[in-house]
Amino acid sequence: MEYVVEMNNITKVFGNFKALDDVTFKLRKGEVHALLGENGAGKSTLMSILFGLYQAEKGSIKINEKPVKINNPNDASSLKIGMVHQHFKLVHNFTVLESIILGRETVKMGVIKKDEARKKVIALSERYKLRIDPDAYISDITVGMQQRVEILKMLYSDSEILIFDEPTAVLTPQEIDELMKIMKELVSEGKSIIFISHKLNEIKKVADRCTVLRKGKCIGTVDVETTSKEQMSEMMVGRKISFNIEKKDIKTGEAVLEVKNLTIKTKDSKKNKVNNISFAVRGGEILCIAGIDGNGQSELVYGITGLMPINEGQVLLKGKDITKESIRKKSVDGMSHIPEDRHKHGLILDFDLKQNAVLQTYFKPRFQNKGFIKFNAVAEYARKLIKQYDIRSPRDEDSIVRNMSGGNQQKLIVARELDKDPDIVIAVQPTRGLDIGATEYIHKQLVAQRDQGKAVLLVSLELDEVMDISDRILVMYEGEIVGDLNPKEITVEELGLYMAGSKRSGGYEN
Amino acid sequence: MKTKIFQNEGFTSFLSSLAAIVAGLLVGLIILFVSNSKDAIPAFVMILKGGFEDGSRGLAQVIYFAIPIIMTGLSVGFAFKTGLFNIGASGQFKMGAFVAIYIGVKWSSVPAEIHWLVALLGAMVAGAVWGSGPGILKAFFNVNEVITSIMMNYIGMYLVNMSIVKTIYDSLKNQTKPVLKSAVLPKAGMDKLFNTSNISIGIFIVILAVIVIYIILQKTTFGYELKACGSNREASRYAGINEKRSIILSMLIAGALSGLGGGLLYLSGSGKYIHVLDELAPEGFSGISVALLGMSHPIGIFLSGLFIAHLEVGGFNIQLYNYVPEIIDMIISVIIYCGAFALLFKQIIKKLITKPVIDTDNKDNVEPVPLLISGADKVSVHDEANDVTRQEEDEK
Repeated sequence: MEYVVEMNNITKVFGNFKALDDVTFKLRKGEVHALLGENGAGKSTLMSILFGLYQAEKGSIKINEKPVKINNPNDASSLKIGMVHQHFKLVHNFTVLESIILGRETVKMGVIKKDEARKKVIALSERYKLRIDPDAYISDITVGMQQRVEILKMLYSDSEILIFDEPTAVLTPQEIDELMKIMKELVSEGKSIIFISHKLNEIKKVADRCTVLRKGKCIGTVDVETTSKEQMSEMMVGRKISFNIEKKDIKTGEAVLEVKNLTIKTKDSKKNKVNNISFAVRGGEILCIAGIDGNGQSELVYGITGLMPINEGQVLLKGKDITKESIRKKSVDGMSHIPEDRHKHGLILDFDLKQNAVLQTYFKPRFQNKGFIKFNAVAEYARKLIKQYDIRSPRDEDSIVRNMSGGNQQKLIVARELDKDPDIVIAVQPTRGLDIGATEYIHKQLVAQRDQGKAVLLVSLELDEVMDISDRILVMYEGEIVGDLNPKEITVEELGLYMAGSKRSGGYEN
Repeated sequence: MKTKIFQNEGFTSFLSSLAAIVAGLLVGLIILFVSNSKDAIPAFVMILKGGFEDGSRGLAQVIYFAIPIIMTGLSVGFAFKTGLFNIGASGQFKMGAFVAIYIGVKWSSVPAEIHWLVALLGAMVAGAVWGSGPGILKAFFNVNEVITSIMMNYIGMYLVNMSIVKTIYDSLKNQTKPVLKSAVLPKAGMDKLFNTSNISIGIFIVILAVIVIYIILQKTTFGYELKACGSNREASRYAGINEKRSIILSMLIAGALSGLGGGLLYLSGSGKYIHVLDELAPEGFSGISVALLGMSHPIGIFLSGLFIAHLEVGGFNIQLYNYVPEIIDMIISVIIYCGAFALLFKQIIKKLITKPVIDTDNKDNVEPVPLLISGADKVSVHDEANDVTRQEEDEK
């Protein structure tokens, strides 16, 4: 069997942390090879070594059966290795064509010869069915298109080995299907693809083989065709994962959070971002607000929590009007908020874990005395959260949060918000960007809150999440609620119709 | 144990500052050679000796130079911890100085024992008022504090000049009148100890200020709020911290520190007066250097203030060899310039130190080391290698 890439017995150490431990990875010519693992398993580190960003302490790399040393990304490019990064690296005020040829311009006497480049780009885009407009500006095209530009960029530099680093994280379901087709097309043209992902459905759909990493160790390489999703996820996480979440049968209680005729206007749009919305979340239920991104969900939550001023309407917590209360007061009164953007709102990245753990409670007598912080109490509390919520970090409560993995950062926020013993938890996309293990964990925690009779308001863009854990679904479309649905009675397809605005349920007609 | 010290963040910060200082001194040496190679070496030695040249009098001179710039350094550093760049230390300093002198000259009715104390408090209040202006504008109207505080520097300077002429003007010498004896800071025997009249209890007030600022920043909920706002304003809002209040208070305290610095300098009884000139107080800008070199940490600022004062004394002394004292300004600027590469130095030092750790066999005894420690470069020991990828790509 011919291997285009052979990485043998790679070991990479950071400080005394073994990021990769004797990992062997082999890519056959013309296959899509998935690299599966949780956040922090070493996927990106392995690929960074192949791409020349890191050097391995031990191990060897062979490309096309020849031993090579890759010292920097330029070496990687000359070995025809290309990479599409998770976050694209495009210049926003360049055109598509300019972006593609950036760094590999054909130049004559210092003048760029765009015509030749254009011909080549158009030929490539036709050959691989990657439709693009070479003269559109990057800032004007969709994320899916930007990704195509990245792919074309690799092809333009004649890459034979293509690395896709979690390429589907930013795409819509339709765009994902497109990407899958493109990948198949590329492989049929003789390219070889490494596909980094932790989404089993996608791996199942597109990959031929799959190598699983766990905590820096290679667990094994399997044929995707003959391996079930359950088996792969067990290899990845090291234990059985239940895809079904068990919920107790409990009676819903009184309304904990009531929103009445809420309207929010923003400066940059004429239409109301949130238009006359009313609903109530009762104790013992998970109310989910579903909808396509940008239909006013974020603003609704900002309005309720106080991060954004509201124009009209009322917010009631346990029957008390808290519309005009400060954020601090709302938090003390029993509102927890797991924010949408954990780096912007949820954490102070340059603070250590323990200081982040008391972000909303540092002023309570438990943690301070006459204005002086009780550092011992804070550290002890942080250790309790670490233990109880299984938060992993390089230096426990003293870790700078910036140095923690995304999943553990999110766990820290969830731990902090739930440990406040709130009456209502407002969770906005709490599992965004997290792997299966962490997602399962956070779902369980939210359900546990519900089972204790607490109210949970979940805002989610992921249909699976919406269908799996909610008790009731409200669909938002253009700032309004267009449906009040029971997840047991509707299908995903129906939900999609509501989200697209082509269907409304009774009582929510225009 | 040894490794623990080497991996300490403070230690690497210290080493990187040291590297910057060495670089600055080398440039100074080159300048000395270029301007007059004959006396370059003795002059350089004299700069290094600085305050140690002249026995206890030299030390007193260092302290005298250090007092105002440590205070303005604290002012800049404190505001910086809250994410604000207080470039207005100069104006706050001058306002403080003026009010201190005014009270020192005019308020003869105050009991003599506390006259100097009242004058110092007045200086703090004046500085605080001057500092809170940009703070209020920033908090309520989101006006950049750099611009407003620069304007406040000029407003302060002209206001002080105008007020001096109207109230406490010595028209013969074009300067302020001398303050009453009771308003001069007590010497408490220090003048006899150091055998010079330049020294007073001012240095103890500075040390007290350093300690108070250190405690506020490191130990109190108030400092926690300020730092949270400085680090991430949105997250502080989310956490229910009143960020407007934090910004205003931070600028107010920064202003009070600068104002106190002005009071301490002009009440030290060294024969220093405010001249009525269209000139911004240079101490305010030295404060920026001091804060940068001290990495905005109160104790670092204290040490860097003493160090820069030490160099300034040396620069004063090299006039013996016909060098101009401005050479010191150049050395200090190079140090600051290199200090801007502190992150780079830090990484190099970190690399040099951590390399052996990888090779040691008993890895279990050593604490985990984050890859990079600077705030700007985020790398985790986990799988966030994407970040590195992005940075290095950008460099390409």
